[in-house]
Amino acid sequence: MEKGKGVMGLGRRWGVDFSDNSTSRDIPDPPGFSRASLDQDDSSLSRQKKDAESNWKAQKAWEVAQAPLKNLLMMGFMMWMAGSTVHLFSIGITFSALWQPISALQSVGKIFEPYKDNKVELLGPKLLFIALNLGGLALGVWKLNALGLLPTHTSDWVSSLPPAQEVEFSGGGVNLG
Amino acid sequence: MAMAIRVFLIFLLSLSSTNLSYSLYEDQVGLMDWHQQYIGKVKHAVFHTQKTGRKRVLVSTEENVVASLDLRHGEIFWRHVLGTNDVINGLDIALGKYVITLSSDGSILRAWNLPDGQMVWESPLQGSKDSKSILYIPKNLKADKDDLILVLGRGCLHAVSSIDGEILWRKDFTDESIEVGHFIQSTDTIYIAGFGGSSKFHIYGLNAKNGELLKNDHAKLPCDTFGELLSVSGDKFVVLDNLRSKILTLIIKNGEISYNQNHISDLIEDSSGQAILLPSRLPELFALRINFHVLLIKVTNGGELVLVDKINNAAAVSDALSISEGQHAFAFAQHGDNKVHLFVKDVSDWNGDLLKESIVIDHQRGNIDKIFINNYVRTDRSHGFRALMAMEDHSLLLVQQGEIVWSREDGLASVIDVTTSELPVEKEGVFVAKVEQNLFEWLKGHMLKLKGTLMIASPEDVVAIQALRLRSSEKSKMTRDHNGFRKLLIVLTRAGKVFALHTGDGRVVWSILLRTLRKSEVCEYPVGLNIYQWQVPHHHALDENPSVLVVGRCGPNQAAPVVLSFIDAFTGEELNSLSLAHTVAHVIPLPYTDSTEQRLHLIIDVNQRAYLYPRTQEAIDILQREFSNVYWYSVEADIGVIRGHTLKGKCIHEVVDEYCFDFRDLWSIVFPSESEKIIATVTRKSNEVVHTQAKVMTDYDVMYKYISKNVLFVANAAPKARGEIGTATPEEAWLVIYIIDTVTGRILHRMTHHGCQGPVHAVFSENWVVYHYFNLRAHRYEMSVVEVYDQSRADSKDVWKFVLGKHNLTSPISSYYRPDIITKSQSYFFTHSVKSIEVTSTAKGITSKQLLIGTIGDQVLALDKRFLDPRRTLNPSQAEKEEGIIPLTDSLPIISQSYITHSLKVEGLRGIITVPAKLESTSLVFAYGVDLFFTQIAPSRTYDSLTEDFSYALLLLTIVALVAAIFVTWVLSERKDLQEKWR
Repeated sequence: MEKGKGVMGLGRRWGVDFSDNSTSRDIPDPPGFSRASLDQDDSSLSRQKKDAESNWKAQKAWEVAQAPLKNLLMMGFMMWMAGSTVHLFSIGITFSALWQPISALQSVGKIFEPYKDNKVELLGPKLLFIALNLGGLALGVWKLNALGLLPTHTSDWVSSLPPAQEVEFSGGGVNLG
Repeated sequence: MAMAIRVFLIFLLSLSSTNLSYSLYEDQVGLMDWHQQYIGKVKHAVFHTQKTGRKRVLVSTEENVVASLDLRHGEIFWRHVLGTNDVINGLDIALGKYVITLSSDGSILRAWNLPDGQMVWESPLQGSKDSKSILYIPKNLKADKDDLILVLGRGCLHAVSSIDGEILWRKDFTDESIEVGHFIQSTDTIYIAGFGGSSKFHIYGLNAKNGELLKNDHAKLPCDTFGELLSVSGDKFVVLDNLRSKILTLIIKNGEISYNQNHISDLIEDSSGQAILLPSRLPELFALRINFHVLLIKVTNGGELVLVDKINNAAAVSDALSISEGQHAFAFAQHGDNKVHLFVKDVSDWNGDLLKESIVIDHQRGNIDKIFINNYVRTDRSHGFRALMAMEDHSLLLVQQGEIVWSREDGLASVIDVTTSELPVEKEGVFVAKVEQNLFEWLKGHMLKLKGTLMIASPEDVVAIQALRLRSSEKSKMTRDHNGFRKLLIVLTRAGKVFALHTGDGRVVWSILLRTLRKSEVCEYPVGLNIYQWQVPHHHALDENPSVLVVGRCGPNQAAPVVLSFIDAFTGEELNSLSLAHTVAHVIPLPYTDSTEQRLHLIIDVNQRAYLYPRTQEAIDILQREFSNVYWYSVEADIGVIRGHTLKGKCIHEVVDEYCFDFRDLWSIVFPSESEKIIATVTRKSNEVVHTQAKVMTDYDVMYKYISKNVLFVANAAPKARGEIGTATPEEAWLVIYIIDTVTGRILHRMTHHGCQGPVHAVFSENWVVYHYFNLRAHRYEMSVVEVYDQSRADSKDVWKFVLGKHNLTSPISSYYRPDIITKSQSYFFTHSVKSIEVTSTAKGITSKQLLIGTIGDQVLALDKRFLDPRRTLNPSQAEKEEGIIPLTDSLPIISQSYITHSLKVEGLRGIITVPAKLESTSLVFAYGVDLFFTQIAPSRTYDSLTEDFSYALLLLTIVALVAAIFVTWVLSERKDLQEKWR
């Protein structure tokens, strides 16, 4: 073992690379260790392995795509719990219900990146994911509306309408003193 | 880090949760409010200066106040404000311990305890005829050991026991048909002198013990008499003849009446003026005023008149004061070269002066109206005198040893009208210098406040904090502040004096006795009518001072000509004054201003001609532009007619006047006189700001308020039910209310309250009117609210129109467009009877409103408008509750914490005005009567500012501590991280 070999970083870290066997050639292998088995890498085995991996990836992608469903149900439950009056809790829940789908939609690519593979069809899961998140968004908007925070009524537009100016002016009254 | 944020949040929460209380804490009294007590113009004064005890002077005033004042400082020991109809006729001290007042035309006699002002007894005196009221407390006149008080009132002579107010005997003079003028007392006989008709002199002698008539004599005088009989001494009287050219001297000798006639021209060469006998009581002397001179005339025993002295420019003559046995002194004041000369003379020894002083009195106080003198014995046993002077501006001065010892601005007890003015804008240089100078003080103050907040202040500190808060120089500065709390209240008083009061501490910034409202030859009885904002400069005209317009009249009746004064609101100088030929029936401030921001005013005279002010060509041009849009209406309450008029053109008049305009009648509403009489009218304030025209209901529905300035609320009562409550039965009483458009004369709403009667007090604001009246069936007062909505706008409900801004709801509207009106109303019982109602006004009209009710107890109650909401129901739904609709109750609650006058009383409350501050949440309230009261109120609490006692030092300290904590925790966390990594 040599210190200083394979040192990385700014001197704070050190490590020994056991896989690097170039320096230990002259030392005999320990009994029972066959160097040949390391080099033996079957190509068929690797293909099998890759197939399994892509399968696993596709499966995982669908799982990820379905994850918002749980979230949706959870959110629905939370909203039901929050009630229909405007207060801190209900507003918080509603806004998190709006924010979560939006942030999820923004990072669709990132979420499905680990499962990117030219063999894996990601369009389906992505569409499902987007649809579910849109559903979540819709739920949030519906809640917002239920709370009365959407300007869908006339009253929301006229509440600060200044009074109309009058053309005529009239003054007078009972005679002074 | 997260911990720090949490701590900060908790701290913020705790900060915001303080000061949420609605009412006032004890230590907040006087912080934003001030209260000033006055008594009014003094009519009678009686000194009470014993050797021991506090020296005081007892006064009765024209505001019907009886008060005991500290002679040393002029403060009020005690004070009683009698009712407006309870005019005080006489005041005196009996038995050395009771103050006796005679009031209500001689029909109520009261005794008050001298030291503390408690009422000892009250005696109602019967009588059937109006007559002179005289209170006379004879010395040493006893009937069965009782000291007698002789009272003449309503044609009857009463002898009242001074101990318990029992009437011992009475003598009715109504049958004798004489007008009693005087009492004379001689041991056990009381002589009554008076006139039957105007030329028959009567004298009666009565036994003082039982009122038995002993003697009765009369004499026919050679001519009719003018004015009052004046008693010169026990048996001599003088009176003027009806031409005011002769003096009749009446002498009673051994029960015989003899008279002498003397021409005034024998006494003075120039006797062309109108002679008046001054009512001063001087032994052997009388004072006669003629042509600015006062003649002091001695009456000899033979009835001859001898001119003793002629005083030029005399202002006032006092009554005689007995200073020692047989020696009487009296005082008179003379005006001369910027000074007032006060003379005290011995009545019998004319040559020497007992006292001669010159006093400098502010010429804004005007002439001396009344003098009362009192003597004291100096250490060298000579006599010293002090004089109490009631001035023309109703102020009261005490003069002693040539100095004004104290003065009281009692003119402020009779405020007629109020307006406000902004203060000058702060000059930057001045402000900075002041801060640097007081930096240490500022820091010290804040450290004290911090101590108070952290509750580590000692009792002395607490006192210091309170004192600091009360005399905070911030609130009484003479410059405009950011929040608009500092303003000038400009008040016009009955004396014709205009005062500017600072809203911060209520001090008088300037005062001016208006020349146009002073008594003069051309204008004998001037009266101030109203005060208006004439020029309110802002924007481009900022370098000009604002000014106010005072409108007065040269006499009490409407045919008297008008006088105008323009006063600079910053300096109090009279810029201009006009005495005009025309009369005044209305003053209409138009909603137009000229280039110097002078507001156009139309003064309408009794002949229905309008005169435009300011008299400039520019003003005419502005008016010509808006010619067809200017209307006015007149309410003729006595005949029950309301008329509407519009401008027609220039006056067709002998004298060409460019600024005179004629009117033509447009409409008239004639109320049936047999069933309705106008008892109250009220309109919206012209400067009221309304935030929005829409009212959102609970179900997101919109109602459009009918917001028009041209509406008039009229309350009519049944003719039989116009009198006092209780004079009409519920069947013959009703109240009809109208809401009338004053441009078109259209009646927008009419409603009848059966079994109800006045008096009606009402307030009109935005689209609602609240009025207060008496319900005869329920035997209770009621308040009703009527809200007016414009139904014709209700169909514009398309959201997209609003989203795209394609609606015409804000375009100018005309009253001729005939809106479809619906009203909502509701009535509630209200416990109090009311003197006046006002509503809070804020800068933008966003803040919810409170009604300010001047109660009969002279306090001001703030009542949320939410209590007078016609949408109140017995069981409001959840949504309605959330909106703040209160469940319906049959009566309005009176919460004792919502009296904005807290424990104080605004005695004789006459009016309340509200002025918006610049801060939207806050409204300034000024209530006036005999007392003045000012405060700030925030109907929805001060949501837009920190409270006044917010500790900035604490906030600063917390921030510093937090920053330090953040830094420390950051260093600590770094170090911990490093250790973690080294492990």
